Amino acid sequence: MKFVIQVNEGPYQHQTADSAYQFTRAALARGHEVLRVFFYHDGVNNGTRLTSPPQDDRNIVSRWSALAAEHGLDLVICVAAAYRRGILDESEMKRLDKDAHNLAPGFRISGLGQLIEGVVLADRLVVFGD
Amino acid sequence: MSILHTVNKSPFEKNNLESCLRYAKNGSAVLLIEDGIYAALAGTAFEKAVVTAMSELDFYCLAPDMKARGFLESNMIDGIKLVDYAGFVDLTVEYEKVQAWL
Amino acid sequence: MKIKKCLYVNRRAPYGTSYALEAIDMVLIGSAFDQDISLLFIDDGLFQLKKGQDTADVEIKNHSPAYRAFEMYDVEKIYVSKEAMAARGLKRADLLVDVELLSDSRIKELMDEHDIIFSF
Repeated sequence: MKFVIQVNEGPYQHQTADSAYQFTRAALARGHEVLRVFFYHDGVNNGTRLTSPPQDDRNIVSRWSALAAEHGLDLVICVAAAYRRGILDESEMKRLDKDAHNLAPGFRISGLGQLIEGVVLADRLVVFGD
Repeated sequence: MSILHTVNKSPFEKNNLESCLRYAKNGSAVLLIEDGIYAALAGTAFEKAVVTAMSELDFYCLAPDMKARGFLESNMIDGIKLVDYAGFVDLTVEYEKVQAWL
Repeated sequence: MKIKKCLYVNRRAPYGTSYALEAIDMVLIGSAFDQDISLLFIDDGLFQLKKGQDTADVEIKNHSPAYRAFEMYDVEKIYVSKEAMAARGLKRADLLVDVELLSDSRIKELMDEHDIIFSF
């Protein structure tokens, strides 16, 4: 079955990102296809590679990147939510004339249309948030 | 067209469970995750509301979230089924859509 | 592209969180995908439709005029819970758009009849 997963909250403050990750991993292990993971609202904060938790804590961001590398997951960060919160890739850094970019490996920035298109193509939308 | 409803808030803090129960149709299911698992406990002020709802809805509780919070299957209201993340995935397949009461 | 029946469920008051604003963005973008769109307001979501919102002093953009523009995007099905209105002391005249009032028991069916539920 084809899934789209929506993540509405950032890492660490809420269990949201953990639940979404565990669900995504379980869905893949069950042989399902995860068409897209869409990070929306504060969920875009899951995509900054500058995340640096203490050594005894999980790295929520690199965990997503690793899952994407292993399974070819499409991790999409909502563009409007991302720019508001300072999540940028290299080309947008240049375009917006900023001095840094921070998008983590395996993530890409795109529009809300990606969520809607994914949901139309998928069999299930599962939303995690606060 | 049956719905799997997910509730991730404690009923002691937020009204998500209450709203979910108000709008969940006969034959749909409720899965309690994260802080929502407190609604699955026996002997709480919400037990009666959950038991009443169980005559029309199937109740599930995410075991990893319950275990993380120090509760066991023996603490749960009889008839609520425990699932792991794989079981959560299976429920989303079994029901035709998922409504998250966030 | 397939046409799916999409229900946008709004449960939260405006300004305290950004969900109301995000829902508007998504409805406007979603309308370009030629999907069958309905909006449902339950719980505190009703407060999004309150007339007379003035955000000048909180310096947040007032997004409520967007609800009146929905018609131009062919988003015409706006449903509101009758019980939630009564619980909050709101009347139809307090709302800034025309809505269809539904009982909570009818809303159960409405949610069932849609292919996709987006919750805000």
